[in-house]
Amino acid sequence: MPGPKRPIRVLIAKPGLDGHDRGAKVVAAALRDAGMEVIYTGLHQTPEMIAQAAIQEDVDVIGLSILSGAHMTLFPRIRKLVDAAGRSDILVTGGGIIPPDDMDSLERQGIGKLFGPGTPTTELIAYIEEWAAEHVSA
Amino acid sequence: MRLEAILEGLERREPAALARAISLVENQRDGFERVLSHVHARLRRGGTRRIGITGPPGAGKSTLTERLIQQFRSQELRVGVVAVDPTSPFTGGALLGDRIRMEAASLDPNVFIRSMATRGARGGLATTTEEVTDLLEAFGFDRILLETVGVGQTELDVARTAETTVLVLVPESGDGIQTLKAGVMEIADVYVINKSDRPGADKLRQEIEVMLGIRHGNAFRHMAPHHAPPPRAPRPADGRTGGPADRGAPPSGRPPVRPSDVWDPPVIATVASRGDGVAELAQAVDRHYAYLEAGGLLAERRRQQLAQRTRAVLERAVQHWISEATRAEELLQRRLDDVADGRRSPYDVAAEILDQVKTGALG
Repeated sequence: MPGPKRPIRVLIAKPGLDGHDRGAKVVAAALRDAGMEVIYTGLHQTPEMIAQAAIQEDVDVIGLSILSGAHMTLFPRIRKLVDAAGRSDILVTGGGIIPPDDMDSLERQGIGKLFGPGTPTTELIAYIEEWAAEHVSA
Repeated sequence: MRLEAILEGLERREPAALARAISLVENQRDGFERVLSHVHARLRRGGTRRIGITGPPGAGKSTLTERLIQQFRSQELRVGVVAVDPTSPFTGGALLGDRIRMEAASLDPNVFIRSMATRGARGGLATTTEEVTDLLEAFGFDRILLETVGVGQTELDVARTAETTVLVLVPESGDGIQTLKAGVMEIADVYVINKSDRPGADKLRQEIEVMLGIRHGNAFRHMAPHHAPPPRAPRPADGRTGGPADRGAPPSGRPPVRPSDVWDPPVIATVASRGDGVAELAQAVDRHYAYLEAGGLLAERRRQQLAQRTRAVLERAVQHWISEATRAEELLQRRLDDVADGRRSPYDVAAEILDQVKTGALG
């Protein structure tokens, strides 16, 4: 018996050492207002903590905010840990101060679209909704 | 993940499979009742205890939950946690932030934390939280902590689901009238005054103890009778025996002895951010469980819970059957004009539909 449409579940996390969480909170609130269930885990998360939370919470999407410059290490590491737990179906996406070349390189490593500063939240919402419509079973 | 894969994963105790099973149940997707039925045989075998943590927003429920996780882990117990936060009634979205306070446990493979949104349920838990705790129990967790949304006064579902309900209050929680109100103040098996290093903690404790005393018919038993005359030897000459039949004040000024088989909820002071009082809290929870067990109350509770669960499943199935296997909805739509025009009442039409369902005319 198919129930009503279920909400998209998203984990919003800040890996690494930078302490700027305003952006992550704005995104978390925007996704909540778009009808998603957002698990917010706060600052200073290790890739292992993020992967474990994503598995336990059975999220569809992991959104990472990285402003420290460590994105080339952190994104692939989290992708790898989530894949190793058998959940290569989870979308790993995010944003921060990331040069366009790095964005391309990360996308080739299985990371979703990445967003720079000043991106309207509507753009993130549209991206996640479109991705979910295609990849997430009801 | 397909149903078979989830069931096999549960057999192998894979956390990812448990997470998928929880989603299946939470979303009530095809096969969820099969999964629940499958795990049912493993319930109520070991010593799994469900502990509800409830209280107003900001009282420190999540922080206290993290401390209890650590306490239980130090006893080598495996801990499952379900933390519930509210769903927006406007957008259907939710921000689930309880994990932030449970960071210390976030890498421990023997701790499993799941956040749930209420999705419209009003009782302080989500509709399927109880079933989700069954999955956790069957997976082998020794303790299950159930953290409710920040409650007001009447969100009491947790008391039905957990064996022991802990109500977390803070010194700012209110005056003596708040403690006298019905609802959440009545369901606690253990009271916690968190942030008890703040002013007002002693006063709140006294008020809770007085409230508990009023409920048991001796309001001031916790306090020394500081204005009472010194105890005197009973004077048989005046006919007073001090026994229950005596309507006068007890000669010694002391409260009558209460029956020993009534649980007396303790009031425990904690400072969760420092871990103060957490060991005492864990002991109080254990004492309450031992009390339930010794009095045969646990078995009785479980019978009632199982009856309730069976009824709920039956209702769901009947509802499903009416909407899927009969043409009740079709008849309702045909009669809707009559109801809207005021020619017939909803009660009248519902009775007609029920009659036809019963006779099989709509089959």
